[in-house]
Parts: sequence; C-alpha cells; structure tokens
Amino acid sequence: MSEKLKSTKPAVSVAPADSAESSNNRFAGFARDLVTGNALIPVLAVLASFLVGGILIAFSDESVQTASAYFFARPGDTFQAIGQAVFGAYDALFRGSIYNYQAGTFSEGILSLTQTLAYATPITIAGLGLAVAFRSGLFNIGGTGQIIAGAVGSTIIALYVPIWPGPLHFLVAVLAGILGGAIFGGFVGFLKATTGANEVIVTIMFNYVAAFALHYSLTTWLKAPLAVNPQSSPVPNDALYPLLAGDAYPLHAGFIVMLLAVAAVWWLMNRSSVGFHFKALGHNPSASKVAGININRTYFMVMAVSGALAGLAGTSQILGTEKYLGTGVAATYGFDAITVALLGRSNPIGVLAAGLLFGGLRAGAVTMQANQNVPIDIVYVVQSMIVLFIAAPPLVRSMFFMPKQKEARA
Amino acid sequence: MKLELRGITKRFGSLVANENVSLTVQPGEIHCLLGENGAGKSTLMNVLYGLYQADGGEILLDDKVVKFSGPGDAMAAGIGMVHQHFMLIPVFTVAENVILGHEPTKLGGVLDMAAARVKVREISDQFGFDLDPDAIVGDLPVGVQQRVEIVKALISNAQILIFDEPTAVLTPQETDELMAIMKALRERGTAIVFITHKLREVKEVADKITVLRLGKVVGEASPDESASELASMMVGREVDLEIVKEPAKLGAASFVVSGLSAISHNGAKVLDDVSFEIHQGEILVIAGVQGNGQTELTEAILGLQNKATGSIKLNGEELLGKRVKQVLDLGVGFVPEDRTEDGLVADFTIAENLMLDRADRKPFVAGLNLRLAFLREFATKLVKQYDVRTQSIETKAGKLSGGNQQKVVLARELSRDLKLFVASQPTRGLDVGSIEFVHEQIVKTRNSGLPVLIVATELDEAVQLGDRIAVMYRGKIVGIVPSTTPREVLGQMMAGISA
Repeated sequence: MSEKLKSTKPAVSVAPADSAESSNNRFAGFARDLVTGNALIPVLAVLASFLVGGILIAFSDESVQTASAYFFARPGDTFQAIGQAVFGAYDALFRGSIYNYQAGTFSEGILSLTQTLAYATPITIAGLGLAVAFRSGLFNIGGTGQIIAGAVGSTIIALYVPIWPGPLHFLVAVLAGILGGAIFGGFVGFLKATTGANEVIVTIMFNYVAAFALHYSLTTWLKAPLAVNPQSSPVPNDALYPLLAGDAYPLHAGFIVMLLAVAAVWWLMNRSSVGFHFKALGHNPSASKVAGININRTYFMVMAVSGALAGLAGTSQILGTEKYLGTGVAATYGFDAITVALLGRSNPIGVLAAGLLFGGLRAGAVTMQANQNVPIDIVYVVQSMIVLFIAAPPLVRSMFFMPKQKEARA
Repeated sequence: MKLELRGITKRFGSLVANENVSLTVQPGEIHCLLGENGAGKSTLMNVLYGLYQADGGEILLDDKVVKFSGPGDAMAAGIGMVHQHFMLIPVFTVAENVILGHEPTKLGGVLDMAAARVKVREISDQFGFDLDPDAIVGDLPVGVQQRVEIVKALISNAQILIFDEPTAVLTPQETDELMAIMKALRERGTAIVFITHKLREVKEVADKITVLRLGKVVGEASPDESASELASMMVGREVDLEIVKEPAKLGAASFVVSGLSAISHNGAKVLDDVSFEIHQGEILVIAGVQGNGQTELTEAILGLQNKATGSIKLNGEELLGKRVKQVLDLGVGFVPEDRTEDGLVADFTIAENLMLDRADRKPFVAGLNLRLAFLREFATKLVKQYDVRTQSIETKAGKLSGGNQQKVVLARELSRDLKLFVASQPTRGLDVGSIEFVHEQIVKTRNSGLPVLIVATELDEAVQLGDRIAVMYRGKIVGIVPSTTPREVLGQMMAGISA
C-alpha cells in the first residue's frame, strides 16, 4: 500500500479530458515509458532471459532427468548433465547463428551468420517502422497486417506487371510494397485523425483483415494455377533482391536496404523537422496543437511512415527470402517487430541490435533442435521472457542487485 | 493534538531539501508554511506524513516521539493530508472514495455502504459541505473534489490536517469557501498546517507563519506583517509587489472582436456575443471566475475553436476560420493557462521547446534537415535574455521549476514577430519572484506598442496589470471598465451584476 501512495501522479486529472483522449494518452504514456527507460535494462533483460532459458533447457534435457533420479547418490552426475545440456544448447545456438566452427571450411562455417542476417532483415525493418510509431506516441500493433499489405503490393507488380526490363521491375515491385504498407498503415492514421479511433484496436483488427483477405486472395485470384496450397506463383528472377554473396548464401540486398533504413530512420527522428513534429506529437499532443502543428496530418504521416517500413519488410520476404506469396508470409515477424522495437527502446541503432539478436535466435534455434534435441520452443520462451523482463524493470534491477530508482523529489 | 517537528533534515543525494527545520503547531491553530516553489515545504510535509524518512530530527505528537514508516502509520496517529493532486478514484462515488482503505463491513465481510453514506452525510452536514455520497467523484467540480479529500481525512479522525497548496486549483470563490472550512476546523480544535505561497491567503487565515527558504527556516512571522515584508522573507530580497507601469500610449485599435459566439459540444453557449477592441500599447484584462468562457475565447483567437461564429480581426485580417499555424504566422503570441499541458513538451529539452512552433521554418531548418547549431545559438541567447535558471539548454523542460518553465514559454512566444500578445493566467502557480518577472515582461510588451490580452482570475492581478478590465460571466462580457474601478464593483460584475 505504501508503494501505491508513493506515486506522485495525480489520481484525478484536473484538466477536463474526454475519455477517448485519456485512454489514448495512457497508451502513449506506456510507449513513452518504454522508450525513455534505463538503457541498461534491455541488455540485462536479454541476459536474464538466457538464464531462464538455461534453466528450462536443463529441465527438459533427458540426461539431466535421468541423472536427477539418483541425485542423492551421485549429485555430481546431475550437475555435470546440467552443464552439458546448457552448454551444448547454447553452443549449438552459437554455431547456428554466428559461426559454425565444426564445419570443414570457412565458407561453410560462415553460412550461419548469413542466415542470421537474412532472418534479421525483415524483423529489423518492421521493428524500425513500429519504433517510429512508438516514438510518436502511437502504439502500432499492426505490423503483421502492414507486412502483408506490402507483400501483396510487391507480388502484384512482380507477377502481373512484367512489362519493364529487369532492374526497373524490381524497383517498382519494392516501391509497390512500400506503398502497400503505407496505405494500410496510413489509413489507420486517417481514421484516428478524422474519427478519433484508437489506433491500438484498429491496427489489431486490421491484422485479421489482412490475414483473411490474404488467404482469400491466395485461394482465388492470386493462386498459382497448379498449386494445391493457397500460394502464388513464384516471383520472376528479375524482380528479386540480388543475392549478395552468391547462390550458396541466403543473404540478399534486402540487408543493405535494412542498413539504409536504419540510417534513414535515425535521420528522420533525430535530424529532421518532420521527425521533430512526430516526437512532439508523441510526447504532448496538446502542446503540439497549440504550437501550430497540424496534429491530424501528423497522425496520418506517422502511421504511413510506420506502415511503409513494415511494407518494406514485406518486400524482403517476397522478393528476397520466400520468393512466392504464401499465407505465412508475415509469420511472427509483425509481433517480433514489436518486441524488437521495445528491446531497442525505439532507437534505430538499438532496433538494429535487437533485430540482429532475434535473427540470430531464429537461425540458431534450428541447429539447437537438430543437434542437441532442444525443443525450438525454448527459443520462443527466451524471446517472450525478454519482453516480460523489459516490461518489469524493477524485477531485472533486483535480479542484478541494482539500486532502486531514486525517489522522486516532491 | 500538538505537533512538533524538531531539527528535521532530509537530503536527496547531494541536495538538502530540509535542513534542521523545527516548528510547533498547537491544536486549534492554523500554521502557515510559507515559501517559494522548491523551498522544501512539500518535502517537509511528506516527511511528516511518512512518505519520506527523515535523515535527521524527530517528530513529536503531544510531546511523545513518533516514527512513521508509511502514511498508514501517520494516519493511524491522527494525521490527515489533503494533497495538492487529489488522491481520489474518479470512477468511484464520494462514499466509496471516502471509505477506501477502512471500509465498514457487516455480517463479517459484507461492505456496508449504508453506513458509509450515513457517515459521509454526517461530516458533510457538520461543515455545510453539501456532498452527495452517491455522486461520481470524476463528475464533480475541483472545489467539491477537494471537500471529498477533506472528508476522507476527517473520517479517520484526523487531529492534525495538512493542506498542501490547496488553493492552487481553486477559483476565488472556492478559495474563500475553503478558508471558511479551515476556520471551522480550527474552531473544532484541529491543528492545521497550511502550505502556500499566496500571501493574501496567509494573511487571511494564519495564526502563525513559518517561512522556509532553500530548505531552512528563515523566520517566524505574524499575519499582521505586511505582504511585501513576508514576500521579501520568502524570496530573500526586496520584492516589488506593485506593478509599475507608465500611462498607456494608445495607438490604433488593431485587435477587434465582434459578435463572437461559440457553442460547446453539449450545446451550451460558452461564448455569447462577445465584442471588444484592444488598442496598440494597451493591456485589456479579461477578468472573471474560471470557466466563464475565457478558455473558449483564447481558443477562438488561436484557431482551436471550430464552432465559433462572429469575427476576430487583427490589423483588419480575419482570424476566425484560420488554422493555428496561420494565426501564429499573423503575429499572435500565446501563453496558455496550463503551461505543462499546452505550453511545453516536458520530455523535450529547453532548446527543443523553444523551436516547437517553428521547427519547419527557416532558419531552423534547411530542406528537412534541422539546423541544430543554429538552434543551440538561438536557445542560448533566449535563455540568457529571459533569465531561465538552468545549467544547460539541453535540460528537459519538465525538470524546470514552474517559473522557469513559464520563462521558456514567454521566450518562445515573445521571440516571434508579434502583432498581438495573449496570455491566459500567466502567473498561475508561480512563486513571487517569477510573478514579478512575468509582469515586467507583459508591461514591456505593451510598452513596445502591442495590443495585449490577459486572462486573469485573481482580482489583484487584473486591477494591477490592466489598463482596462473586461469582466466575463457565463460567456458574456458584463462590462468593460477602467482598472480604477473599486474591487467591490468588480466582484459584483464577476457574479454577473453589471455596473
């Protein structure tokens, strides 16, 4: 109870605010807290999650289970088994995500890293999109829908408009993906600006709209003529992202686009007047209004930019990795991107780091399962724990014996 | 119950918020704790209320040393607090809020709302509060919400009541009513600690005054002391409470409002045929109790009211129907009444706040690229010119004191090329030193030949600052009178009786 009373926030807002406005502010406030929290917390959250992951690996390992049956006779066996299980698993994670030192040649060993980078590409780009929205006080949960919209846009150009010569075909397909995401995201911003609709609810619902519309399209007009499953025809080669390191590696030019996107978003949010207005809106919409900023137009622009980046992530899936449109095109990228944006504290460099981490986890999880028999779900648990730990900074603080946050001065 | 604080010291890191503070409050006494923002008044009371633990000194109740590890202990010992920001749950009823934490039950666990209602009525009637136990707290006016807070403290039998800046959110009428309540509590033998920096209130109710400055007691005073003497104790230097201004040199009537009406979203007429004009070099004060259309008037001028009809002309140009940005571009400077909500972005630095309205303008931007070097230069200049006390222009605006925040807003608004200056309650919640500065700036702006519109809820400010006073009541201008008009007449006009 004393904790509650310590809060210096007013329980009653003195300024009259209608309920829709104040609930929006609550989401904005939540996003703001996540963005402005202590920089060390995300790092420690990752560390804590790996610790918890280790415990789960130990529990799920068969030799640990066997050894623990006679724990009191020979406790050493159990500890040894735990050590082997946890070390083995994380070693496999390393080999699967960064460098496989067991491979014969360097070019085979480095395959892991290129896989990590390929996985990291869509997650990071979509994460950047959500980060822009979060920094602007809009809780865009619609990454999945916007990725799908972008993927569909690219696919239409790639498959049905083959009139241009090679490079132009590819460029227009990418632009169509960006446009698809921008329209899908921007529409939410438009609804918020004109009707006051809450972007959290609208984006969540639009995820369903996009997923089902995609499924419908893939069973009807987008369906490949001879396919059994709901999927499109393969994308022609001239519309694909060029491969960066030859046919042996999955790394494509989408990775370069990702790096450019990181730089562009950094510039947008830190050095441009547009980003300044975005941030002003995120931190205090009413002061922005009084200062002459057109906040309705800004709502639209934030969501359009956010959606455009998610759409760009969709193009890297269609034109880079998968090379055809299937129902699983957005996979879990939309939600992973939320985690990545939060983990990177909505800072472009942080998002890049978080995106690489997630790419690595995804690439390494496969090796972990294949080599060490560690269920792939452990990796998902680790990913989820990261969010949990980020959302509960006091928990992380006490785990690592950090001092409590200083008392606010009255 | 007698309360004594002995040598209380409280530090936050290297900052000493209270140093060796001692004071005694007798039962049936209103003890004023006077001091500027940041003098350590609230810290001291939070120590007393158990929210903070003192680093030194002791608290005595009826000469017995007590230790509070939390507000629960303080409440149990008979100390109640009426917080500046109310600790109420807006969606609960009055009775539910009052019993929260010590709910009466019957049949071993069933909430006894009937008993709660009776208790609320009892206390409410005793002080003439006129509270409906079943009203939803969020729907009540601020002044009434404060009464709920008071009832909440009284229901747990508080013998000592702390009022933390209780009048900051109240209208003059509500303030008068609160003063009456405090006097009634005093009659009952309650010891009252009244934290404030408003001298008029102190002089009206205080039995004893302790003045704090920079965490230390600078002295005790009696309420008979003159206001300027109390002010200099508080600030630590001579303070001009009087506004000195030379007679107005009137130019053309460049700002003309005629037939302005507006309807709120629930259909009530919030502005009713408002007409006035302001000459260049003149301050017109809109006086009136808050909520009589002043907010809507300033919103209409700024372009935030899209349901207004009539005409607002600045130098012959119609402002009504224009966007905020166009209005600002025509040379309107605006200081909003709620600076933290409408004037500043708390998480932005001082420099960023200074370009909030012009981030997309030359010379702050080249193409879309912000010119941060230029901004630094610009901000450094303004911070110096407007005497913003800060270590750096990179300090977050939210970390500044109210006075310094207002200086940032003034600096931004006055640094545009202005044709009209509008300020809504420009000194609300500010300490004496900052009020002096803000008043100086407003008079300077008027002397430079601009028409100035000030919204004031405090009569003192209206009379001193205004060249003319327009009194508003229920969306209408009751009358426009010279500032030499007697206070009683103005008071009557504020109640809707035209002169």
